[in-house]
Amino acid sequence: MQNAPLLRVEDLKVEFPTRRGRLVAVDGVSFDIAPGEVLGVVGESGAGKSMTGSAIIGLLEPPGRIAGGSISLDGRRIDNLPYEEMRKIRGKHIGAIFQDPLTSLNPLYSVGKQLVETIETHSDLSPTQARERALALLREVGIPAPERRIDQYPHQFSGGMRQRVVIALALCANPRLIVADEPTTALDVSIQAQIIALLKRLCREHGTAVMLVTHDMGVIAETADRVAVMYAGRVAEIGPVRDVIKNPKHPYTVGLMGSIPRIGRDEERLTQIEGSMPRLTEIPTGCAFNPRCPLVFDRCLRDRPDLIDVGPFHRVSCWKYAEGVGHA
Amino acid sequence: MPDTVMARPADARGAPAFVRAEGLSRYFDVSPPLLNRLLEGKPRQILRAVDGIDFAIGKGETFSLVGESGCGKSTVARLMVGLYRASRGTVEFDGHDFGRMTSRRAMAPIRSRIQMIFQDPYASLNPRWRVREIIAEPIRAYKLLSGDQAINARVDELLRQVRLTPADGVKFPHEFSGGQRQRISIARALASNPEFLVCDEPTSALDVSVQAQILNLMKDLQRELGLTYLFISHNLAVVYHISDRVGVMYLGRLAEVAPARTLFRQPRHPYTRMLLDTIPDMDMTGRQRTPVAGEVPSPINPPSGCSFHPRCPFANDRCKTERPNPIQQGDALIACHGVEEGRVPDGPIGTAQAA
Amino acid sequence: MADVTAPPGALRRFVDSDVFYSFRQSKVTVVAAIVTAIIVIGAFLGPWIAPHDTYDVRSLNLLDAFTPPVWSEGGNPSYLLGTDDQGRDVFSTILLGARVSLLVGFAATLFAMILGVLLGLISGYVGGTTDAVIMRIADIKLSFPAILIALLIDGVARGIIPRDMHDDLALYVVIFAIGISNWVAYARTVRGSTLVEKNKEYVQAARIIGLHPFTIMIRHVLPNVLGPVLVIGTLGLAGAILAEATLSFLGVGVPPTRPSLGTLIRVGNNFLFSGEWWMTIFPGVMLVILVLAVNLLGDWLRDALNPKLR
Repeated sequence: MQNAPLLRVEDLKVEFPTRRGRLVAVDGVSFDIAPGEVLGVVGESGAGKSMTGSAIIGLLEPPGRIAGGSISLDGRRIDNLPYEEMRKIRGKHIGAIFQDPLTSLNPLYSVGKQLVETIETHSDLSPTQARERALALLREVGIPAPERRIDQYPHQFSGGMRQRVVIALALCANPRLIVADEPTTALDVSIQAQIIALLKRLCREHGTAVMLVTHDMGVIAETADRVAVMYAGRVAEIGPVRDVIKNPKHPYTVGLMGSIPRIGRDEERLTQIEGSMPRLTEIPTGCAFNPRCPLVFDRCLRDRPDLIDVGPFHRVSCWKYAEGVGHA
Repeated sequence: MPDTVMARPADARGAPAFVRAEGLSRYFDVSPPLLNRLLEGKPRQILRAVDGIDFAIGKGETFSLVGESGCGKSTVARLMVGLYRASRGTVEFDGHDFGRMTSRRAMAPIRSRIQMIFQDPYASLNPRWRVREIIAEPIRAYKLLSGDQAINARVDELLRQVRLTPADGVKFPHEFSGGQRQRISIARALASNPEFLVCDEPTSALDVSVQAQILNLMKDLQRELGLTYLFISHNLAVVYHISDRVGVMYLGRLAEVAPARTLFRQPRHPYTRMLLDTIPDMDMTGRQRTPVAGEVPSPINPPSGCSFHPRCPFANDRCKTERPNPIQQGDALIACHGVEEGRVPDGPIGTAQAA
Repeated sequence: MADVTAPPGALRRFVDSDVFYSFRQSKVTVVAAIVTAIIVIGAFLGPWIAPHDTYDVRSLNLLDAFTPPVWSEGGNPSYLLGTDDQGRDVFSTILLGARVSLLVGFAATLFAMILGVLLGLISGYVGGTTDAVIMRIADIKLSFPAILIALLIDGVARGIIPRDMHDDLALYVVIFAIGISNWVAYARTVRGSTLVEKNKEYVQAARIIGLHPFTIMIRHVLPNVLGPVLVIGTLGLAGAILAEATLSFLGVGVPPTRPSLGTLIRVGNNFLFSGEWWMTIFPGVMLVILVLAVNLLGDWLRDALNPKLR
């Protein structure tokens, strides 16, 4: 993490204007991703993790919009680019993988045509060369008999194979960053393992950085170098994956880790976080977690905590870790 | 849980099982329409969603079925509540065989004793009904109570039982989160004082912290009310947590049935072991998941013999031709020629070593 | 149970709803709704607010026939939009004609809706042979133009109903003819939605409880498939008003003694080229405004109820 970050997100704020007022879906989120690094972004539904991903690839669904902060790729601001320019960056420098492979593939074109088209858009290869490269990509993502399958249509592929095609599509232009939003959620557990292994191998071989958005701690534990835990549109805790999972600091992360059932651990009851994530319209003042926090004290109700260092690269937004403050 | 129930083999005839399935099968006709078959010469196609499975569940026990999508576990759930009729075999509940019952009247005596909890909390509640009406429906349908006052009091009690408040009764389903809706679904299932609950992936649409709340609630309710659960899930960790005994399904058949601890500590069937190998490692031991090659074949034309043989590293000619029958091994039932012949070694499959 | 707050009433929920919000946001829709409301109220109150009772033959004065509108040369202030060939006040005939048109439109639409929704529900929920039979009938029905079926039914009715009863029953024949030629759209839509709803888990839950299929259809499925029906119904109302106008224009609709807008247009059409334009233009404009307003309402309703556009 010593080298200059590839992606820097600073104080990002995403808003949705509705007729009942503005909803803040992402509220002051900051993190970096180094070249070749896998950052896991984990959280429950409504935590704002997918919204953060969409903001980075410039595909926020209207009326959602970036209302503050900045996103920079390689030192260049990309959050305020016009649509056309962002589209070029999205193809060439940032690849995207979504949960449902069918939404990323056009059902009317063969997978080969879609790959070749994308390759030709982002390079000056001839059609024959582009097809060669498409074949190589399909082979690389582990599609058997690519020469036969390249001319088939998305519906002729199984879910796992489709997700491989989507990964090949994301890799077409050799992007520096891939934003993967729940890439394995729709897949069976045995296929999930295959896709995770594939993603990891590709990152290693190509030096691609990955922002892996998921609700599945298991996938994060296996894949990510660092992890950011999100809650109610904010980062609750961020740090090296081993530290966060083995030694979580934020009371929410502690509860979250305890609520995951584990094989081999015989417990009559799982740790339970009482209550539920607040609706975006009802986020409390101070720390967003304060109504559910077992360690809450007066400052949590009043002031919003910033990220506080609790270890090397390990930061937590919780007043419990603020030195000499809080009990005033 | 008494050990006698845990250890009782699933096919032991005459054992005092509360719920029992024997040779249970459900076939679906997925043939193209008659006109297409005649004009294009296409054959009839039969999907064997469930193909001859046996299990028994003791009173107060939690029996889980686990497997990948398309293995037929949800079809079993629907057979067990009478939403589907069995194509072959029997489903017995407290001595009543209802697998082939055709009329609603014939099922009436046991209807109220069997209920179901569904996967999708957004589809399992009628969006036009108030919560109070949703929960009261079984009470009214079975005429368990009469008079609005008695019914309202019972609904309040049910709402409290699932840790909601009586005030929630006047709201509509869309005013609740997924976890709260699942509680409403549970309250509706409990309204008729059932003894047997079929739970079809009740937590797979929920976030993990909400899942923990629902799993805890289900365990509490089981203890308080003496419920018997058939729990369907694809999540092995959840299954481990909630189950007394587990059946692993593959392409409509049971590969292995064993007490939960035995199954997870000492999986015997190659498919069970493959499934366990794919679980993400949460304890950061550095163990690599072993991705298993291949995908689940289509249940329309399942492989001959043992349906797992194309993906099994131990398959031989016998596995390709002869369907294995479940055999008793300790407290587990395993349908595998390799295990029977002793040619499947213990320990993990593949190159990766467990820590 | 002191802690149980009273549920918000239906009106309160409607005013708070997204549908009502999108209504207020669309000016065109508000105008269309106001126009429709004025016409419907005017037509409903017609017998009381019309300046002349045009059904009362004794009050007609043939000397007043062919009076032009009040602003033209030779206009008479007591006949705002002029009079027709029998001296009937055009403004009054329009009010009373709109009343007949709306009555036929509403009744025919309601008839088509009930028939279509019922058949669609049964078709979708029961499935199998029942479904195949109902849907093939619908296909056959669709391969004839609706107006042809209406003409056929009208013709048959004229044949079997005694002549002296014909005028009394003509209205019901028209309603039946238009309704029977319009049920297919409802049936198909409801069948489609029913197929979707039927597989949802709340319907399965009701089946596990052991409710009678008919109870499930009416209590569970029906309320959840009515959204699109409302849209088709509104657009269908406009269509039914036009169909009635067409039939009456062709002379097979309601009897000329109780003219609808279509009858007025037909009668006035005979005099269009002799210069008495007002007899056909004013009912025509009224018909266009009414159908347009109802159609705009239907379009808005379709968009407002479509979750993808929200």
